[in-house]
Amino acid sequence: MANEHSSHYVAHQFDDLEQQKEAGTLGMWTFLATEILFFGGMFMAYFVYRFSYPDAFAAASHYMDILLGGINTGVLLVSSLTMALAVHAAQEGKRKQIILFLIITMVFGVTFLVIKGFEYHHKYVEHLVPGWNFEYKGPNAGKAEIYFILYFVMTGFHALHLIIGIGVLSVIAMMTARGNFTKEYYSPVEVSGLYWHFIDIVWIFLYPLLYLIHVHK
Amino acid sequence: MEASESTDHVNYLNNGYGVKSWLLTTDHKRIAILYLISITIFFMIGGFFALVIRLTLLSPEGTLVSADTYNKMFTMHGITMIFFFLIPSIPAVFGNFLVPMMIGARDLAFPKINLLSWYVYIVGGMFTLTAMVMGGVDTGWTFYTPFSSGYSHTNVVPTVIGVFILGFSSILTGLNFIVTIHKMRAPGLTWFRLPLFIWAHYATSVIQILGTPVIAITLALVGFERIAGVGIFDPNIGGDPILFQHLFWFYSHPAVYIMVLPAMGVVSEVVTCFSRRKLFGYRQMAFASMAIAVFGFLVWGHHMFVSGQSVYAGMAFSALSFLVAIPSAVKVFNWTATLYKGTIRFQTPVLYAFGFIGLFTIGGLTGIVLATLPVDVHVHDTYFVIAHFHYIMVGGAVMGYMAALHFWWPKMTGKLYSEGWSKLAALILFVGFNLTFFPQFILGYLGMPRRYHIYPPEFQVLNVLSTAGASILGLGYIIPFFYLMWSLRKGKTAGDNPWNAKGLEWLTSSPPPTFNFEKTPIVNEEAYAYTDGVFEEDVAGG
Amino acid sequence: MNGHVVSRKVYYFIFAALMVLLILTISMAYFDLGPFNVIIALVIAIIKATLVILYFMHVRYGSRVTWVFVSAGFFWLIIMFTLTMSDFVTRFSF
Repeated sequence: MANEHSSHYVAHQFDDLEQQKEAGTLGMWTFLATEILFFGGMFMAYFVYRFSYPDAFAAASHYMDILLGGINTGVLLVSSLTMALAVHAAQEGKRKQIILFLIITMVFGVTFLVIKGFEYHHKYVEHLVPGWNFEYKGPNAGKAEIYFILYFVMTGFHALHLIIGIGVLSVIAMMTARGNFTKEYYSPVEVSGLYWHFIDIVWIFLYPLLYLIHVHK
Repeated sequence: MEASESTDHVNYLNNGYGVKSWLLTTDHKRIAILYLISITIFFMIGGFFALVIRLTLLSPEGTLVSADTYNKMFTMHGITMIFFFLIPSIPAVFGNFLVPMMIGARDLAFPKINLLSWYVYIVGGMFTLTAMVMGGVDTGWTFYTPFSSGYSHTNVVPTVIGVFILGFSSILTGLNFIVTIHKMRAPGLTWFRLPLFIWAHYATSVIQILGTPVIAITLALVGFERIAGVGIFDPNIGGDPILFQHLFWFYSHPAVYIMVLPAMGVVSEVVTCFSRRKLFGYRQMAFASMAIAVFGFLVWGHHMFVSGQSVYAGMAFSALSFLVAIPSAVKVFNWTATLYKGTIRFQTPVLYAFGFIGLFTIGGLTGIVLATLPVDVHVHDTYFVIAHFHYIMVGGAVMGYMAALHFWWPKMTGKLYSEGWSKLAALILFVGFNLTFFPQFILGYLGMPRRYHIYPPEFQVLNVLSTAGASILGLGYIIPFFYLMWSLRKGKTAGDNPWNAKGLEWLTSSPPPTFNFEKTPIVNEEAYAYTDGVFEEDVAGG
Repeated sequence: MNGHVVSRKVYYFIFAALMVLLILTISMAYFDLGPFNVIIALVIAIIKATLVILYFMHVRYGSRVTWVFVSAGFFWLIIMFTLTMSDFVTRFSF
C-alpha cells in the first residue's frame, strides 16, 4: 500500500508516518479524556462540599496566598506559551529552538514547583496539614479540614502531573538533541505538548476555586 | 485440504519459545494468551472463595467459617471476580487477540503500551493477592465508607492500591482499542462494515476511558483517608459517605457494561455464523452498543435508593434506569430475529450464545424490577439482587466468555476440541447455573439479606439447592479446562476456518502468523455476508 | 493536527489574552458580588481553558475526531456533576 513512504521512523504496525502521527495524537487525546475524569472526581468532591459548607470554605480560603498562587498561574501560562513555541519550532524543523524552548518550559515548571513548595511549607508552619498537624482556630474546624484535604489532594496530584510532565519533556529534549525529529516527523514533541497544556488547564481551574473564594472583605 | 499445511507454518506460537519471548513480547496475540492464563488463575481463586461461601450457607448456623471469615470470603470473591476476572475477561483476552485481526491490522496501535497494561494488571493483582494472604479484607467489594476508611481492621490499603493500579491496565487497553479502531482499519472497512464485536469493544473502551479514572481517584481518597486518619468522606468532620457512593457507582455501574457489552459482541458473531444469516438490524445493533455505553452513565443512583440519597434524585435515577432497557432489548430482539428461520447448526459456541440470550434476558428484566424505586426498597440488599447480577455477570458475561473461548479456540491454537464433551459441558453449565441462582431470586424475595453467614432455618432447602447447583456449575467449568488442555496435545488440526465463518480473522491461518496477514486484506462487503441457510462446505461439495 | 503551522503572533496574542483574563479574575474576586463571584470565576476559567485548547493545543485546526474526543471528556464530566448535584441540591427540601 502506502509502504513506499515508510522510513525507519515508522513502527511495524503502521502503514506510514501519517497514520503513526494521527494515532499518537488521538492516543494522547484519549488519555487526556481519562485525565479530565480523574481530576473531575476531585472537582466533584470540591463542588459538593463547597455547596454544602460555603462559609467554612470561604473562611478557610483566607489562609491561601493569593499573590504566590497568582504568580504560579502566570508561571504556568508562560510555560504553556513556550511549550507552544517549542512545537512551532518543531514544525519548522529548528532543532536548537526546540531544545531551547523545552528547557525554558521545564525551568518554569520547576519554578512552579518551588513556589508550591514554599506554600506547602507555610501551611505546615501554620499547622494546616490535615492528618499531620491540623489545628484550626475558628468555627467549622472540621469543614475547614475538608477544604484543606481537598487543597492538598488536588494541588498534590497536579504537582505530580507536573513532575511527570517535566520528566517527559526532558526525554523529548534528549531525543531532539539526538536528532530523532525532523520537519516531517515531530509527533512526540506535539503529543507531550498536549499533556503539558492539560496540566496548565487544570491549574487554570484550581486557582480561582481554591484561592479566590472569598477575597473581598 | 488446507488443514495439513497449517501444522508446520511459522505462526505466533512457534515463533520463539523462551520465557523472554513471551514476557517481552509486543505481539497482541501473545499478550492475549498471557492475559488468558492470568485471568484463569484469578477465576480459580475467585471460584475458591465462592465455594467457601456456598458451603458455609449449607446450614442455617453457618458452621464452616466464622462470621468474620465469611465477610472476607464474599469480599474477596467479589473483588477477584469483578476486577481481576470479569473486567479484563473478554476485552483483554479476545479483544486483544481479535481486534487487530478483525480490522485487518498487523497489531494494536501501541504494542508496548499493550504489554505494559498486562504488567500493570499483574502488579495490581500482586498487591491484592498480598492483601489476601496477609489476612484478607472484609469491606465488601464496594469499599463503602466510613467502614472501609475508618473501622475495618483488615488490609484495605493494599487492596485499594491493587485495584487502583489495575484500573490503569483497563484504561490502557481501552485507549489502545479506541485508537486502533479509529486509525488502523483495512482499506474498504468502513464503520458500518465492522463486525459488531468491534463495535462492542469500542463502546466498552469508551466506558473504560471515562469511568475508570473516577474510581481510581475515589479509591485513592479512601486510601489517603485510612493512612492519614482523616479524609473527605469522614462524617466526623462533616464528610459525606454518600459522596463516596456516588463516585464509586459512577464507575461501578457502567463497569457492568464493560463486562456484558463485549459478551454481546461475541454473541452477534456466533449467532450469525451458526444460523448462516446476516444480522437482523445491523445498524441498530451498532447504535445500541453505543447507547448502552452512554445511558449506562446516567443510572448509577439506582444502587443508592436506600442510602440517604435525596428521594428526588432517586426518582430521576429510577426513571433514567429504564432507558438502558431499550438498547438491551433491541439486541435481544435482533438476535432472535436473526435466528428466526435460520438454518441453525447446534455447535458448542452457539449453545453458549443461546445461554447468554436467555439468561441475560432474565437478568435484565429483574434489573428493571430492581430499578423501580418502590420495589427496590423491599428487595434491596437481599439475595434477589445477588441473583439478578449473577444472571448478568455469570449468565451473561461468563456465558459470552465461554462462547468466545469455544468459537475462537481453533483460531488461537490451531486445534479442535472434543465436540461431544464441549456440548455436555455447556449443558452442565447451564443447568448448574440456573440451579445455583434461581433459588436465590426466591430467597431474596422472601427476605433473605445478602452478606450474612447465618439465616433462619426455613430458608435451608433453597440454600441447599443453590449449593448443589454450585457444585454442578463448578463441574461445568472444570470439564472445559481438561478437554481444552487435551486438545492442545491431541486435538485435530483445525484448519483456517473450521466454522466457515465470515470475518477477516478467518482469512489467515490458524494459529495466525505474527503479523496476522501476509498482505493487508481489502474489504468490499458488509459484515456477516452469509448466504441464507447455506454452509459453504455444502456448496463446495465437501 | 496534521502540521497546520500557526503564526507565532497568534500564540503571543493568546498568551496576552490569558494574562489579561488572569488579572481580571483576580480583580473580580475583590468585589463582593454574592453568588456571582463563583460564576464569574468559573466563566473566566472556562474561557481561558478554551483558548488554551483551541490555539495552544491546535484543536481549532484539528480533525472532527479530535473535537469529538475533547467534547466527550467534558460531556461526561457534566454528566457526573449534574447527576451527583441533583442529589445534594434536593436533599434538604422536604
